[in-house]
Amino acid sequence: MSSRSLKAKLVASPYIVWSAIFIIAPLIFVAYYAFTDSSGAFTLENIFELSKYTTTFLRSVWFGIVATIICLIIAFPLAYFISQKTEKVQRTLVLLVMLPMWMSFLIRTYSWMALLQDTGIINSFLMKIGIDPVHMINTEGAVILGMVYNFLPFMITPIYSVMAKLDHSMIEACQDLGGNRLTCVRRCIIPMSMPGVVSGITMVFVPSVSTFYISQKLGGGSFDLIGDVIERQFQQSYNYNLGASISFVLMILILICMAVMNRFTGDEEMAI
Amino acid sequence: MKKILAAFTALLIVAFSVFCANAASSDDIEALSGTTLYVYNWGEYISDGADGTLDVNKAFEEKYGIDVVYDTFDNNEAMYSKIKSGGVSYDIVIPSEYMIQRMIVEGMLEKLDYSNIPNFDKYIPEKYRNPSYDPKNEYSVPYTVGMVGLIYNSAIVDGTPDSWSALWDKQYKGQILMFNNPRDAFGIAQNLLGMDYNTESVMSWKLAAELLKEQKQVAPVYVNDEIFLKMESGEAALGAYYAGDFLTMKDNNPDLEFVYPKEGTNYFVDAICVLKGSKNKLAAELYINFLLEPDVALANAEYICYASPHSGVYTNPDYSFYGNEILYPEDGKFKTQSYLNLSPDTLELMSSLWDDVKNYNVDEGGSNYDFFFADGSLGGADASAALTPEGSRYLVYIIIFAVICFSYVAFRYIRKKIREKA
Repeated sequence: MSSRSLKAKLVASPYIVWSAIFIIAPLIFVAYYAFTDSSGAFTLENIFELSKYTTTFLRSVWFGIVATIICLIIAFPLAYFISQKTEKVQRTLVLLVMLPMWMSFLIRTYSWMALLQDTGIINSFLMKIGIDPVHMINTEGAVILGMVYNFLPFMITPIYSVMAKLDHSMIEACQDLGGNRLTCVRRCIIPMSMPGVVSGITMVFVPSVSTFYISQKLGGGSFDLIGDVIERQFQQSYNYNLGASISFVLMILILICMAVMNRFTGDEEMAI
Repeated sequence: MKKILAAFTALLIVAFSVFCANAASSDDIEALSGTTLYVYNWGEYISDGADGTLDVNKAFEEKYGIDVVYDTFDNNEAMYSKIKSGGVSYDIVIPSEYMIQRMIVEGMLEKLDYSNIPNFDKYIPEKYRNPSYDPKNEYSVPYTVGMVGLIYNSAIVDGTPDSWSALWDKQYKGQILMFNNPRDAFGIAQNLLGMDYNTESVMSWKLAAELLKEQKQVAPVYVNDEIFLKMESGEAALGAYYAGDFLTMKDNNPDLEFVYPKEGTNYFVDAICVLKGSKNKLAAELYINFLLEPDVALANAEYICYASPHSGVYTNPDYSFYGNEILYPEDGKFKTQSYLNLSPDTLELMSSLWDDVKNYNVDEGGSNYDFFFADGSLGGADASAALTPEGSRYLVYIIIFAVICFSYVAFRYIRKKIREKA
C-alpha cells in the first residue's frame, strides 16, 4: 500500500513541480503585487482604484457571456452532427474544426480586420452584387465575432468527445419507450453530454473575459476590455501593482462564475 | 647606441601599451570570436537581407565571428518593462530619446568608450551630437531620426489639411486613426493646445486629456502598426504617423499624402546604447561602429526609410531618399519639440488619464469640455466617479441573465421535488 502510494507520488512529481513553479509561484507573485505599492509596502490602494474600471469589468463579463452562449448554440448541434457520422468522417470533421488553430491566433484576428473593414473583402463583395455595405469593423459585434471565431473549437471539442462516447443503448431505450426525436435530445442527449458542455463553457468563457488582442484589433481600441487594461499596466505604464490587482480581482470573479456554474450543472445532472 | 635602441624599444612598447589601453587591439577583437552579442531593437528596424539587401547581422557575424542574437520590441515602454523586470540581459538596445534619458537617470546604461567607435567622429555631424537627452553624449549614438506628420488620403479628404485639428473633423467620423500609446496621443493634443510636451503641470495634462476625450466624437480608431493596412487599403482618411513609414505606405497607395502640421510636431531620435552589466561591451562597441560604416548605414537607411543622422548616407547622391523633403526638411522649417523623461508622478498621471480617455464614452458623457471651462474645475463627468450609463447597461444585462439562469435552476429543483412527492 505504502509503496504504491510512493510510486504514485513519484509519477505525479513532475506535474507537482511544474505546477509549483508555473502556477502556484506566479499566483503568489500576483497576490504580492496586488497588495503592495511600488516600494513594496502593504497597501489596499490598488484595490480601491479598481472602481474606476467597473464599466470595463462589466463589459468584459457581458461580452464573455454573449460569446459563450453563441459558441454553445453553434457548437452543440455541430458536435452532435459530427458524432453521428462514421468514424472516418468524424476524424476528418474534427480535423477541420482544429484546422484554423494551426495558424497563429494573432494572424487570424488580424485577417478578420481585413475581412470586416469598410473597404474589406466582405463589403467589396456586397457592393459588387449591389447591396449596401455594412459597417462592421470597430464595433462591439466585431469583437464578439472575433471571440466566437477564435474560441469555438474549445467548445466543440469537449462536447464532441463526450458525445462520441455516449451510450447508444440509452438513446435506443428512449426511442423504444416512445420518445420522439426532440424528447430524446432533451431528456437523453443533453443531460448525458453535460460534462462536455461544462468544460466547453469554462474553456470559452475564461479566455473571452480576459482577452486583450481581439478588442484592440477588431474594436478599434476605442473601448477597453479588462485584458487591455491589464496589458497596458504591464507593457506601457510599468505599474505592476495595479495590473496585478486587476488580474487578482478578475481571477476571483472568474472563480465565482465557475463555482456558480458548477453548482448549476451539478444540479442538472442529478435531475436526469 | 645599444642604449638608444633599448630606450627606443621601451618607448615603442609604452606607446603601444598606451594605444592598447585606449583602443581595442586586433588581438582583443580576435579573442571575441565565438562570443555572443545580444541586440534588442525595434521591429523592422535593420536591413535583414530581404529582397537582396544587406543582411547586417550576418555581415557582422562573418566579419568578427561574433554571434548576434537579435530580438525586437514594438514600443519603448514594453522594452523598458522587459529589461527592468530583470529576466533578460541584452548588450545593445536602441530606444527613443526620452526613454534613453529615463534609463540614464535610472542607471541602466553603460558609458561608451568612443575610442572603439571611431566612426562616430567621422560620420556623425555636430548637430546630432550632445542632444538634450544625453548632454555629454556619453551613452548613445544616434541611429535614426524623424518627425511625426499627418498622413491623409487625398481621394477622401478635400483640400490640404495643415493642422492637427483635422483629426478632430467630424466629417471623417470613423475614418480617423490615432496613436494607441499615451505619449504620442497626448503629444498631438499638446501641439494643438500649444503646450510643452514635457510639462509637469497637472492642469496641462488634464486639459490635453479633455481634448482627447472630445476627439471621441469622431470615433477615432487607435492603432499601432495596423495603420499600414488601414491607410493603404483606403479604409482611413487621416492618421498621424512617422514620416518614414508614410513613404512605405505611399508605395502601396499613391493617393496618400503627407503634411507637417503648422502647430508643430514631434522630432524623435532613436539611438544605440549599451546596457549596464553588458557582458560583452567591446563587442557591443564594435557592433555600434559597424552600424556606422557607410555601406551598412546606407543599407539600413534604405531598408528602414527613416532619416539617417549619418553624413555618409544623406550626402550620398546614390541614396534613394537623397534630398527627400519629407525625410530631410530644411533645418528650422517646421516647429518641433522632443519628448523628454517625465517625473514618476507625471508618468502615472499620464497613464491614468489615458485610461480615462480610452474608456470615455462620448454618447453618454456629454460634452464636459464646456463644463470644465464653466466651473474651472476638471474632470466634471469623471469616469472614475461611479458607474457610467454604459456600465449600468451591462450590469442590467448580466443581472437579467443571472435571473434567467437562477429561475431555470429553481424551476427544475421544484419540479424534481414535486416528482419525488408523487
